[in-house]
Amino acid sequence: MTQSAPHREYTDRVATGSLPYQSCDGCLSAVFPPRVICPFCGATDLSWRESAGLGTVYSASVIAPRDAEPYSVVLVDLDERFRIMSTVVDLPARDVRIGMRVRAGVDPDGPTGPRVVFTPEEREAAS
Amino acid sequence: MTLPDLRGSTAIVGVAESDLGEVGPDRYAIELAAQAAGAALAEAGLTTRDVDGLFCAIAGRGMAPLDVAEYLGIRPRYTDGTMVGGSSFISHLHHAALAITTGACDVALITYGSTARSDSGHGRLAMGPPELPSYEAAYRPRPPITGYALAAARHMHRYGTTRTHLAEVAVAARQWAALNPKAFARDPLTVEDVLAARMVSSPLSTLDCCLVTDGGGAVVVTSAERARDLPRPPVYLLGAGEAHWHRAISQMPDLTVTAATESSARAYRMAGIGPRDVNLVQLYDAFTINTILFLEDLGFCAKGEGGDFVSGGRIAPGGDLPVNTNGGGLSYCHPGMYGIFPLIEATRQIRGEAGDRQQPGVTIALAHGNGGQLSSQVTAVLGGGDSL
Ligand SMILES: [Zn+2]
Repeated sequence: MTQSAPHREYTDRVATGSLPYQSCDGCLSAVFPPRVICPFCGATDLSWRESAGLGTVYSASVIAPRDAEPYSVVLVDLDERFRIMSTVVDLPARDVRIGMRVRAGVDPDGPTGPRVVFTPEEREAAS
Repeated sequence: MTLPDLRGSTAIVGVAESDLGEVGPDRYAIELAAQAAGAALAEAGLTTRDVDGLFCAIAGRGMAPLDVAEYLGIRPRYTDGTMVGGSSFISHLHHAALAITTGACDVALITYGSTARSDSGHGRLAMGPPELPSYEAAYRPRPPITGYALAAARHMHRYGTTRTHLAEVAVAARQWAALNPKAFARDPLTVEDVLAARMVSSPLSTLDCCLVTDGGGAVVVTSAERARDLPRPPVYLLGAGEAHWHRAISQMPDLTVTAATESSARAYRMAGIGPRDVNLVQLYDAFTINTILFLEDLGFCAKGEGGDFVSGGRIAPGGDLPVNTNGGGLSYCHPGMYGIFPLIEATRQIRGEAGDRQQPGVTIALAHGNGGQLSSQVTAVLGGGDSL
């Protein structure tokens, strides 16, 4: 069913430790970020799902502020076929590689509240 | 209903820049837009009294057309404030041609100004509340550079593009800027300089990024018929095309393929030409990766071959394909949004007025604009009298 406040629903679910996304009841596409209408078919019935959290780094950039530790900004393609911007933690930013398998978790202390982050799923990075 | 045949039906009759570079804290974007407008109209042999169509976008001014019309004393009967980032002004040219061809206006003024450089450090960069919830801000990307960095990283991964390829783009732009007295950065630059520059958002360093300058520009457009009675040689709009597929970089389907593939196909089809007919290219080089992506997507080389294509001085002075002969956003000027300047330089090259950087026999030039984070893409094909 259509959510009247999809962003609030998303942040509430992230706060409980999950990576939520929507699935279109019409065309079965994964939909992210959350919406009130499917961008693939226009249907307005979208159901919430929880991602299993496994994905692959699609692209990565490292930002090295002058006065803080370098951090990665990545795009992750989740196995459920949606993409999210995030960061890889528990690994030096410069070691993050495109193609690497990663697993989602929730960082409760993100700059704007709880946020989804990723950790390496395998120590040996895939190519 | 079919669209009117735009090919050759309208022409650019006046172009001008305002003061560029750094104008100081006491001047405002709207003044630069107005200064450029006055100069472009004077060149066209027209005045503000002749303008009945107004096209403008200014960052941070939601009602820019109202501001500019009041300031210039224009009472337009047709107004377009389309704001799709830096490509807006080439979009405005397309829209102006549609408006003129359908009789909605006779003389269109496209104008832009920015004090992006002087604003930094003077507390004038007020940011409004976000229009949408952001699903990116929590990861602290540096907008807009990180979006382009992610595209560059993916292009390097997928096609073996290197930082040296990117550096070749910056070096070519600087070599062109050395020939342009109005360019902001004219001192010599080497590939080694670019590779050694401080990394901002890998794989892009400070020298892979466009300048931050002040500046404005204006373009005057009217019907081909009226253009022939005006002082400067008309520069005809032969084709135009627009496309956009996403806003946030995380929503771009394939970071190595931009909507320029679609915008350029539309522009070429309308113009009845292909990339081999183009003598010169002016494209929006906000970052070095842009030039590589757009040369591929505009059809000048195959997907993935852009890095090799820009190497060996091919797009630099003396190369096979002149690209960004004014020095581009990388070395000439980049006042917040750059999209009006490709039109100005293409017009001057077609008229033969580009001074030391003038290319011989420019009949057809392509101007390409980019907006957002590789989001909005707009292509225009321009030609001199011989192209009709
Ligand atoms: Zn659907």
